[in-house]
Amino acid sequence: MISAIKIPGEFMTEALVQVENLSRYYQNNCAISHLSFSLKAGEVLGFLGPNGAGKSTTMQVISGNLAPSEGEVTIAGHDIIEAPREAKRNLGYLPEHPPVYRDACVDEYLGYCARLHRIPRARVPQAVDRVKQQCGLEQAGNRLIGNLSKGYQQRIGIAQAIIHDPPVVILDEPTVGLDPIQIREIRELIRSLGSERSVILSTHILSEVQATCDRVQIIRAGELIYNATTESLNQGHEHSVRIALRKDIDHEQLFAIDGVDHVDAIDAGRFRLFLAPGANPDALLAASVQQGWGLYELIPEQQSLEDLFIELTHTEEAARQ
Amino acid sequence: MIWVIAKRELFAMFLSPLAWVILAVIQILLGYMFLTNLDNFFLLQPQLMQLANTPGVTDVVITPLMQVAAIILLMIMPLLTMRSIAEEKRNRTLSLLISSPLSMSEIVLGKYLGLLLFVVILVSMLMLMPLSLYLGTSPDGGKLLSIYLGMLLLLGTFAAIGLYLSSLTENQTIAAISTFGVLLMLWIIDWIGGSLDGDHSILTYLSLLEHHQSMLEGVFNTSDIAYYLLLITAFLVLTIRQLDRERLL
Repeated sequence: MISAIKIPGEFMTEALVQVENLSRYYQNNCAISHLSFSLKAGEVLGFLGPNGAGKSTTMQVISGNLAPSEGEVTIAGHDIIEAPREAKRNLGYLPEHPPVYRDACVDEYLGYCARLHRIPRARVPQAVDRVKQQCGLEQAGNRLIGNLSKGYQQRIGIAQAIIHDPPVVILDEPTVGLDPIQIREIRELIRSLGSERSVILSTHILSEVQATCDRVQIIRAGELIYNATTESLNQGHEHSVRIALRKDIDHEQLFAIDGVDHVDAIDAGRFRLFLAPGANPDALLAASVQQGWGLYELIPEQQSLEDLFIELTHTEEAARQ
Repeated sequence: MIWVIAKRELFAMFLSPLAWVILAVIQILLGYMFLTNLDNFFLLQPQLMQLANTPGVTDVVITPLMQVAAIILLMIMPLLTMRSIAEEKRNRTLSLLISSPLSMSEIVLGKYLGLLLFVVILVSMLMLMPLSLYLGTSPDGGKLLSIYLGMLLLLGTFAAIGLYLSSLTENQTIAAISTFGVLLMLWIIDWIGGSLDGDHSILTYLSLLEHHQSMLEGVFNTSDIAYYLLLITAFLVLTIRQLDRERLL
């Protein structure tokens, strides 16, 4: 169903979303400052950050709901300020609170959204059926939106954002209020959306980013502090192991072992060893056996997004104080 | 696009009982007054016949009826307009319209057109009473047309003012009360003319009542039409500006 959409060839290579030097102030309060990034077709970008970091503000500015104080946003080549109509035509947006009319039924509401996005009247039922199928709303067509659960309202919100087949989809915390099965369905939906369009996804659920996104950006206090592909996140970082010994030894002794780059003492008998790239803990085992250290725990550590997130958002906070 | 929004607005009004209740209450109240006026007309008819410039059934029954209708609607229109933008702000549904490929003017005009359609329904229902006079007598058709237009323009102005005040707040009650205050102020603004010295033609010109009165009497004056159209345009532009300004805050 998604493969029916054709995105003009020029967009495939060019960035679909281009954010340049974006700043936004609320009175004197700076919500985001000098944010720049771009997004190509077929990319899913995860926007991470602690509460109040400026995620929602960024999304609101990109979708044209807030005017930027400085900087530019272009969507599919159209400036959101100069040519809002063309830019918004290429954009689907799910705000933090799904913008649903509680007094309408699902079919009416989605039909109205389709008309707002200038889908010709004859093609509206077809478009409504398609998004209902994509978002698992087939059974809910005649229900009053106000009577549906939060999860369903969230799905209606997503359906509304993709009803006009936009090449750019912006979802602000799309899985809030969903049950685990729905979350999995929505993640699959987001991934399938991301195969042909650009998706920007804001969330504070870290596993969601690792499960759905091609690229991660971490934002803190309005500034972009991290930007990498999820792939590089899963490999390419330092390799560390955590060990526990029965005998309390000096960490100099551990440092002397071949292939150990750095040693951190955690507490008595517990250490974190950072190994040189390509090294394995054989030498450590041999040393322990020879000198009777009584090694009883050896846990390889992989740096997860969570560690990174906490490290980044925490250390900078400490630095600020 | 304006039409799509207008249809949804009109439809949404009839989804809640409010629109039905308003139509019913007005119809009952004015229906009762219409009948009493008609009764009075029969009683007074012999005396009226002796006057040099005999007032017709339209002057005696319909004009006073519509004067009362205007005052009742001055109190009721704020209840209709209060939700149009304030409710969308409170429920955060305004971003649906803003993220659609629509300009702010289209959104505001759509909302206003929706209100206007309701006004047309309301006034047309009220006009059924004067039209029923055609069954037994022959009222002044030109005058009825002038009354109909006068009511439409008056209520259209009420709606534009109400729409603007609804765009200023998230709270529907505040929107309703402030709309009522502004409308009443515009209604009575020329009262001061009698108690103060000097030229008060500006205050008299500003008064809604003044312009409404002449149209009810069948005087179709371009300056009255211009007054209404100016007010409507001014408040619609203010509403568009207000919504645009909110994106900058």
